[in-house]
Amino acid sequence: MTVTVERARVAKDARRQGGSRHRKDSYTLFLLPGALAFLAVIVVPFLMNTGVSFTDWRGVGTPEWSGLANYRALMDDSEFWASFRHSLFMVVAMAAVPTAVGLVLAAALFDYVGKHFGSRWAAVLRACFYLPQVLPIAVAGIVWSWILAPENGSLNEVLSAVGLGSWQQDWLGDPDIALYSVMGVMVWVQLGFPLVVFMAGLQRVDPQLYEAAELDGAGWWRRFRHITLPQIRPETYVVLTWCTIAALKVFGAVYVLTKGGPGGATNVPSYFSFTTFFEKTQVGYGAAVSTVLTVIILAVSLIGLKLQTRAEDAEEGVRA
Amino acid sequence: MTTALRRYPVLIALVLAALFMVVPFLIVAVNAVKSPAEYSANGPLSLPEGLYLDGIKDFWERVDFGQKLVNSVLISGSVAALAVVLSVLNAYAIGIGRIRGRTWVLAFFVLANMLPQEALVYPVYYLSKEVGLYDTRLSVIIVFTVIQAAFGTYLLSSVLGQFPREIIEAARIDGANKWQVLWRIVVPVSRPTLGVLLVFFFIWTWNEFLLPLVMLISNDNQTVSVALGVLQGQRLMDATMTNAAALLGVLPALVFFLVFQRTLTRGIAVGAVK
Repeated sequence: MTVTVERARVAKDARRQGGSRHRKDSYTLFLLPGALAFLAVIVVPFLMNTGVSFTDWRGVGTPEWSGLANYRALMDDSEFWASFRHSLFMVVAMAAVPTAVGLVLAAALFDYVGKHFGSRWAAVLRACFYLPQVLPIAVAGIVWSWILAPENGSLNEVLSAVGLGSWQQDWLGDPDIALYSVMGVMVWVQLGFPLVVFMAGLQRVDPQLYEAAELDGAGWWRRFRHITLPQIRPETYVVLTWCTIAALKVFGAVYVLTKGGPGGATNVPSYFSFTTFFEKTQVGYGAAVSTVLTVIILAVSLIGLKLQTRAEDAEEGVRA
Repeated sequence: MTTALRRYPVLIALVLAALFMVVPFLIVAVNAVKSPAEYSANGPLSLPEGLYLDGIKDFWERVDFGQKLVNSVLISGSVAALAVVLSVLNAYAIGIGRIRGRTWVLAFFVLANMLPQEALVYPVYYLSKEVGLYDTRLSVIIVFTVIQAAFGTYLLSSVLGQFPREIIEAARIDGANKWQVLWRIVVPVSRPTLGVLLVFFFIWTWNEFLLPLVMLISNDNQTVSVALGVLQGQRLMDATMTNAAALLGVLPALVFFLVFQRTLTRGIAVGAVK
């Protein structure tokens, strides 16, 4: 009796050591450098940031526990609410508009230009639209703040040259229009990303679908609505998710174009937390702002991921 | 013929839209080679009368642009190489090793990639001061290696998950250990994907702004992006020099774009649809 139990145990140990365990788990070693690096650079700082958000800390000395005081203060902070309101504008400028325009442009490039004028034309045009995407955002900011300058700025010069001198503005210096100017720049920056993703997506659509629809007399708009849109739904969710996250995080453009001004008119959460950390040195408060931002971004990511997998499942269902 | 005629307006509209995207680059290039006198006399829209390169030269010397280029290349290059190595190691364990709980491990990497840098920036700044890495290029290299590797791990894991297992098993039977299988088989076979990642990591790191702005305060360590962004904030420059600065900032990105156009557009599609 004891002998059999003993033998079974030995066999089990041997199996665990030499067999499945050895074969499966020793790959864990390959994960070790990555795990340690992530611990040091992501996990620990993130937990510290969350911890600090519950304290009163100015970056020196010991943080004092203050519970939810920072978060309660945020609720009454009009600057904080304004920065998140501006975030919604950024989502429009960096996610909604580029996705919608990118869809139409991609379909036009693929369906019209690619087919009737050759793929070279389509590729060159695509490259033009994508170009701003490879530019450092700081450089894009310099280019645009000079173009939008009130005196001698190219935009104002163009307006007066075509007889619309009365439309001239201090594009970035007027609190009433600065946010819209920044939005315009961000559309320019962002447009190439959805366009390129959608054009790649359109390549896997069966061309027979389009040919059949054209034979049936469906115009461009109907083909766009009934073939293009449903076929590249997975890409649409990915693009919307990515761009929304990028919009919530936008920092460099605001820093270079307006520094959140004039009078906070273009302040966004990431710039708000940056100034709270490093200019006002209210570290606990800044940590609370960035924690709220993190929660929102993770929520958006999860929703995006959910929509994407559901779209993919639906698509597979149709295929099967 | 008539249908072709009807299509021209669409083409023309698209060409105009594309032109609108490129025009800012053209205006910058045109004004970077004007003298300040010419600029103030004729405004930003006139064509340059001659080639005036002193603005570019002055700006180059004033910010020590050569040093900034070296810093950017050094940082972005190291990050790209190291992050690809780290991604490969992680993805080897997840995609091919199929370690236990890999879904959770993968979810962790995705989360790490989604995390806004704002939620890391102060602790990273504080910790790097504690360990004496503040205001060193190494600090930025370490942080971005990890951040880029989060995306690389996510992408490569699914690519390696579909790696033909017969090849690996054959190599194992021939006596290769895991380390040899990784470097002699998995890495060479996955080279196209690794190339895409390398290009992306390089350009993403090159364009980063927030963390380098916080971490690299001394002039000798700054990257191109930070140097230009900070200068812009100070508004010390005249229009010609601003354009010279913008042109010098655009050029590396432009060269990179022209060289890697295919990789970039292909890669962005691979990354997005995965």
